[in-house]
Amino acid sequence: MANTACFMIVSKNDIPIYEAEVGAAPRKEDAAHQHQFILHAALDIVQDLAWTTSAMFLKGIDRFNDLVVSVYVTAGHTRLMLLHDSRNDDGIKSFFQEVHELYIKTLLNPLYLPGSRITSSHFDTKVRALARKYL
Amino acid sequence: MPPVAPRSGDAIFASVERVNAELFTLTYGAIVRQLLTDLEEVEEVNKQLDQMGYNIGIRLIDEFLAKSNVSRCVDFKETAEVIAKVGFKMFLGVTATVTNWDAEGTTCSLVLEDNPLVDFVELPDTCQGLYYCNVLSGVIRGALEMVSSYLNGRLGLSVDNLVSMKTEVTWIRDMLRGDDAFEMQVKLVKQVPEEYPYKDDE
Repeated sequence: MANTACFMIVSKNDIPIYEAEVGAAPRKEDAAHQHQFILHAALDIVQDLAWTTSAMFLKGIDRFNDLVVSVYVTAGHTRLMLLHDSRNDDGIKSFFQEVHELYIKTLLNPLYLPGSRITSSHFDTKVRALARKYL
Repeated sequence: MPPVAPRSGDAIFASVERVNAELFTLTYGAIVRQLLTDLEEVEEVNKQLDQMGYNIGIRLIDEFLAKSNVSRCVDFKETAEVIAKVGFKMFLGVTATVTNWDAEGTTCSLVLEDNPLVDFVELPDTCQGLYYCNVLSGVIRGALEMVSSYLNGRLGLSVDNLVSMKTEVTWIRDMLRGDDAFEMQVKLVKQVPEEYPYKDDE
């Protein structure tokens, strides 16, 4: 498992709808803000890149010191963003694909309003389990 | 001689028209979603779903009796079995089990292990009091209320022999609230011959 990793889902209207620190390293209060900042800064690059390729998985689009940002853009332009320090590309890709599946299930829930915060604890548990498995 | 009543709805289920399960689930979800938006109160939504179910039930029973060829049920126990094994299979594609009979044979539980209505659904904190499948309890209530008068009509009984089957249906277990199955308690409130409020010689 990666030492540092921060996962975030950004809706198509650029609103963060889910965030999780999934790294093994003990969390520091200021680091969390820094991770958010790096991910948010990478959104502009995603915006430019997303339309130049048909691939959903965009790996290593931005870096900050030893941290790398990888992004998975869904068909509905929801962005799954991961900040990581590991180089395990296959694992990250599988992680994104499975989270994407989970996200679709959440969308199909009639009581969930698309674009609103994902508060489901079930979703949270699943994402953390996937992070442990693949990252 | 009347045809032997089917003890399972498999054959009927295979012959009736079906729709895509996801379309069905999402359509029902959209209805509940819209009710929540319109009525705002979860309690009101429960009531409305039950009422919608009732309206479905009083119509659905005719379709059920026409297609299923069930013969007349002799008691409430048989009625419950037919609902669980034939009715649920015919319209929802799943079967329920009947358990927890009380001593008088007027209260029982219908247990659904599998419920196509709740695929994908997860109750958010704001809807904790919602009985998402309340439409089902309404359907049973409505159907049972109609079945007696229908049978009486077919058997040629006169109206003063009418038997009314009023039931109360409540949810005991709900998978959306963390239980392991869906359980509806069906309680037969009264099955008394309806009488005229006046006597002949008055």
